[in-house]
Amino acid sequence: MTQEKLSAQDAVSDTYHYGFETQVSAETAPKGLNEDIIRFISAKKKEPEWLLEFRLKAYRHWLTMKEPKWAKVAYPPIDYQDIYYYAAPTSATTPKSLDEVDPELLKTYDKLGVPLHEREVLAGVAVDAVFDSVSVATTFREKLARQGIIFCSISEAVQNHPDLVKKYLGSVVPYTDNFFACLNSAVFTDGTFVYIPKGVRCPMELSTYFRINAKKSGQFERTMIIADDNSYVSYLEGCTAPQRDENQLHAAIVEIIVMNDAEVKYSTVQNWYPGDKDGKGGIYNFVTKRGLCKGVNAKLSWTQVETGSAVTWKYPSCVLMGDNSRGEFYSVAITNNYQQADTGTKMIHLGKNTSSTIVSKGISAGKSQNTYRGLVKMGKAADNARNFSQCDSLLIGNQCGAHTLPYMVGGNPTASIEHEATTSKISDEQLFYCRQRGLSAEEAVSLIVNGFCKDVMQKLPMEFAVEATRLVAVTLEGSVG
Amino acid sequence: MSAWLEIKDLHAKVGDKPILNGLSLTINAGETHVIMGPNGSGKSTLSNVLCGNPHYEVTGGSVEFKGQNLLEMSVEERARAGIFLAFQSPTELPGVSMSTFMKYALNARRKAAGEKELDAVSFMKRIKIRAQALDITDEMLKRPVNVGFSGGEKKRLEIFQMAVLEPDFCILDEMDSGMDVDAVKVAGSGVQIMRSPERSFLVISHNTKFLREQIKPDHVHILALGQVVAEGGAELMDEIDRNGFAGFLKEAVA
Repeated sequence: MTQEKLSAQDAVSDTYHYGFETQVSAETAPKGLNEDIIRFISAKKKEPEWLLEFRLKAYRHWLTMKEPKWAKVAYPPIDYQDIYYYAAPTSATTPKSLDEVDPELLKTYDKLGVPLHEREVLAGVAVDAVFDSVSVATTFREKLARQGIIFCSISEAVQNHPDLVKKYLGSVVPYTDNFFACLNSAVFTDGTFVYIPKGVRCPMELSTYFRINAKKSGQFERTMIIADDNSYVSYLEGCTAPQRDENQLHAAIVEIIVMNDAEVKYSTVQNWYPGDKDGKGGIYNFVTKRGLCKGVNAKLSWTQVETGSAVTWKYPSCVLMGDNSRGEFYSVAITNNYQQADTGTKMIHLGKNTSSTIVSKGISAGKSQNTYRGLVKMGKAADNARNFSQCDSLLIGNQCGAHTLPYMVGGNPTASIEHEATTSKISDEQLFYCRQRGLSAEEAVSLIVNGFCKDVMQKLPMEFAVEATRLVAVTLEGSVG
Repeated sequence: MSAWLEIKDLHAKVGDKPILNGLSLTINAGETHVIMGPNGSGKSTLSNVLCGNPHYEVTGGSVEFKGQNLLEMSVEERARAGIFLAFQSPTELPGVSMSTFMKYALNARRKAAGEKELDAVSFMKRIKIRAQALDITDEMLKRPVNVGFSGGEKKRLEIFQMAVLEPDFCILDEMDSGMDVDAVKVAGSGVQIMRSPERSFLVISHNTKFLREQIKPDHVHILALGQVVAEGGAELMDEIDRNGFAGFLKEAVA
């Protein structure tokens, strides 16, 4: 099986200069990035000319850019020519049954209480029938369609709703935005598209979990959510069990547009492979997430629980353009072992009476480094704009680091910015007190950490919150002696 | 009557400083013992050592609890085996409500015993009844553990935890300190309600009035320089009321 795949790829490489469009029968493009690869991706997806042009423009711009180095993360150089940009490089090693899956991963599923049939899917086992999710998804989509809600993969949206995609693609995160966003714009493979029409309140939490096409589109994912006037949607990203994923580099984009009186709530629980205890392996997560509160009274709320990945570089942001619009950022970032997280938000106040709230809880254990980096910017026209930020750090042990880097730019004398920050440590007294009541040291840490991040956990939708709490415990295992 | 807790020739130190110097003490099931002594005599060290606080190092002697070698058990194993300490200065757990804390504590014990987690209804019933008996409101149970409470409220909440966890052996370390008269009465009645032939108490205090009225001990021990220097019944407290610890201290030095 493995042999066959390899030779197929070799063949592709060999015949490359003959124009591989016709040669490649497989779903995999060869490693590396050039204009032909981008044309290949676009052709495979039967994309219209304008989208190919968008990708090529992004690619040409990307060639002129340099990888950013300002984040407080360190990782070996990434060889962008050593990456597959289309289809799954993992296919050659897809396990045939749970017996072939890493027992450590299975143990984690056990602790999280993931049902057996779901474990197979999460672990990437080749299963023919994906339990009920396909039928569930179809039922959902029909129900949603009756209200005019569009919930599909971005590839489908390109085919079926090209005007909407064309209008908004890159309107919040232009391809020139940053190195990783630019790369994504050139090579994104799939992602989610959501449109909520005027006056519609989406009757259920939308989740990638129920999306058929979610599988293996993760590496360069692109998500777009458009909430038209007076609409509401709550969107859940990701799944709370750790996904087996061998793509080391992830560079996703999320763009959200919120119109007059509309509200979008975006929740993420990210728990990708963080690498082993010695810091080997793990995902590099370089994500650009940004929402535009375009209309008056628009509201956008980001809630994230970040526990996974070896390196996280992520700043979900709100551009508060409409008067009275409101942005919120609630974040829990936990790092253990050798994990590095540089995460935070940007609140760009442009309209009058705009307000924003930032609550960030960073927890560092092991030898990890956890940085909050945030920007609050008050534009010239942002009369009476207000921001409140609270950044708390909790340290477990004495080999980890917590850093808070708030940037504040005031451009309007009537605007106000408030910032509070605390750093604390789980004390020996707290551990002894909890253990004296019968809790193990690990249960004590998980209790104290969950107490520390309660303000944020409460913002998560119910079913997510329960699993996130369990995830905190799993992530911090072994963090105390 | 069987020996519940048997301490023999116990030595312990903090850092390089020896605090307990050959302490022996036997407490039987259902008994209430009081430990008195001047500051620095080793009273709080004894309670911490019995609970396994890693800050203290045992350098000699033995402690058996219901036939088990207590010194070989971890802090949580001792707690689950039935040892409870009402702390002199309970530590704060920000963001953790008292009811969540008790749920974790009860379930940790049940898990260790191979039992199922307590369901929500039985749990609420268990804590509500005990809270009412100790004048603890729902609001107090929702607030984070020991954060923003008065000294007296914290102590009452310690007694509340003891009532919820139903330990076999309760150590009360300076429970009456920082409490007003009414709070002392409520806490004292909490202790009285919990007395049973299957539960022993070790009470550390300076306050003979509190001990006589609220605790009504069977045995009194005087601790000095890390040893028990005198033992007797409640009448020993009269001696202390009259002459303080001076007489006992001489014995210890001699």
